Amino acid sequence: MGARGVRKVVVERPAPMVSRDGAFFWEGCKRGVLLGQRCGECEAFRHPPRPMCPRCQSIEREEVELSGRGTLHSWCKPVHPALPMFEPGYVVALVDLEEGPRLLSNLCGVEDSDIEVGMPLEVFFVETAGDGAVHQFRPATPGGRP
Amino acid sequence: MSEASNAAIVGTGQTEFSKDSGRSELQIACEAIRAALDDAGLAPSDVDGMSTYTIDNNEDVDVARSIGVQNLRFSSRVGHGGGGSVGPVAHAMAAVDGGLADVVVCWRAMNERSEYRFGVSQMENTGGSPGAGSGFIEWSLPFGSATPAAWVAVQAQRYFHRYGVSNEDLAHVSVHLRKMAATNPNAWFYQKPITVDDHQSSRWIVDPIFRLLDCTQESDGAVAVVVTSLERARDLKQPPVRILHAAQAVPFECETVTNYYHEDLTVFDSGRACAQELYRRTGLSAADMQVAMLYDAFTINIWWHLEAAGFCAPGEAPDFVRDGNIDVGGTIPVSTNGGHIGEAYIHGMNNVAEAVRQVRGTAVNQVADVEHVLVSAGMSGAILGRA
Repeated sequence: MGARGVRKVVVERPAPMVSRDGAFFWEGCKRGVLLGQRCGECEAFRHPPRPMCPRCQSIEREEVELSGRGTLHSWCKPVHPALPMFEPGYVVALVDLEEGPRLLSNLCGVEDSDIEVGMPLEVFFVETAGDGAVHQFRPATPGGRP
Repeated sequence: MSEASNAAIVGTGQTEFSKDSGRSELQIACEAIRAALDDAGLAPSDVDGMSTYTIDNNEDVDVARSIGVQNLRFSSRVGHGGGGSVGPVAHAMAAVDGGLADVVVCWRAMNERSEYRFGVSQMENTGGSPGAGSGFIEWSLPFGSATPAAWVAVQAQRYFHRYGVSNEDLAHVSVHLRKMAATNPNAWFYQKPITVDDHQSSRWIVDPIFRLLDCTQESDGAVAVVVTSLERARDLKQPPVRILHAAQAVPFECETVTNYYHEDLTVFDSGRACAQELYRRTGLSAADMQVAMLYDAFTINIWWHLEAAGFCAPGEAPDFVRDGNIDVGGTIPVSTNGGHIGEAYIHGMNNVAEAVRQVRGTAVNQVADVEHVLVSAGMSGAILGRA
C-alpha cells in the first residue's frame, strides 16, 4: 500500500510469447546468454529463428553464444498509447549484432540527445513476469565485455 | 512483349465510411457487394467466385448465402494484412483468366473503429493471427513495440537518418491526402483540409517519427469490386476497366509488419518487387501511369511507394512531394480519394475502387486522360487501364 492507502499497481513486463522455434533463444535469455541461430551447413546466422536455412535449406542448426556486442541500426520512442509495463520515454532499438543478425530490443541508460545510429552497444538482460527474461542493450563499455 | 490479363473490373460498390456503421460486418459486406453488382449490371446468380482478406471476419459461405449466390466455384483469401489488399483482385483475375470462375467479387468489410481497433496496443494479444503476419509478435511485444505505428517507425527512422529528413517533411504528405479528401464527399475528412502547422502541432504517437496526423484513421465501412472477363465486360453497364496485371510480392527476408531483416531498410522491398513484376508483365513503366493509388498506413508509406515504383529516385520522395508532383495536375497524382488518411481506412480496397473511378473518368478529383493507374499496397498491386 502506498500513501493514503492507495494501492500502487506495478505492472511487470510480460513474459515473451514463446514459439516452438524460438524457445531456445528465450531460454538463453533466462540464463543471461544471448544465443544466435546459425546454419549447421552454410554457417549463416538468421533471425528471427526458423527451422530451415533460407540460403541452403538445411535443417541442421546450431545455437551459438554471441558476443552481445553490436551497433544501433535504428530506434524510436513509442509515446501513445502509454503502456503501464514500460517507463515513459522508453526506447525501442533495432540492433545489428557483431555476428550479423539484426534484432529488436530496448536501448537503456542513454539520454535522447546522445542516441546516434551506429553507436556501439552491449547486451544485458532483465526479468519479466512469469519467470521470463529478455535482452536489453546499453552503450558499450569501452574495451569491455558485457 | 506484354503478357497482360484478359480480366476486367466491371463494378464497384461501397457503404458509407464512418466511425460506427451501426450494423454487422456481414451486412456491410453484403451491401457493398450488392452495390457493386448493381453498378456492373449483374445479378448475385451470376457470381461464381469470391476473394477477400484472411483477416476479414466474414465467412465466404455466409456472404454467399446472404447475397444469394447459386453456385460458388472459386473462393480464396489473401494474407499479408493491408499489404495484400490488392491480392483478391489478383486472385480474381487469375480465376477468370484460368477459367475457374466467370464472375468474382472481391470485398473488404470492417467495423474496425466501432468493434475493434487496429491501431491500439497489441500487448494483450495472446499470439499472432495466422496470415496476418508471421512471427512478428514474439519478437516485438516484449520491448513495448506494440502498435503498427511503433513497428513502422523503426524503418522510418532509418530513412530519416539516411536522407537527413524529419517528421516535418512528412507533413506535406498528410496535407496532400487531406486536400484530396476535402473535395471528396465520401471521405470522412470531407471539407477538412489541414496545414503543415496543424500537422506539426498534432501530438506525438511515436517520437520523433510519427505524429497523430501521420497515421491513418480507423474506419467502419465496406468496399467491393466485381471482376469478369473482358469479353463479357463489353456487354455490361459500365465501361470495363482492364486489369492489365495484378500480382503479389514477398521478396527474400520480407516480413509483413516488422520488416526489419532485409539489408537496406530505406528500400521498400515488397513495393519494388511488386512494381517490377507489374511493369515486366505489362511492358509499361512508371512513366506510363497517370495516377498512383498508394497504400498509406502512415505518411511515410507514400514516400516509400513513390521510390519503389520508380516515380522518383531513392531519397528524392520528400522533395518530390513538397514540389507538388503528387497533386492533381502534377507528374503523378497520388491517392486522389484522400487515401486511408483522408478518405477512410477500408484496408486498401477503397484505393482499388478509386483506381477504377479514375480509369472510368468518374472520380471527384479526376485526372485528365487517364490510361493507366498503378494501385499498390506493397505486397500486392495492379495496373488498371482502359479496355
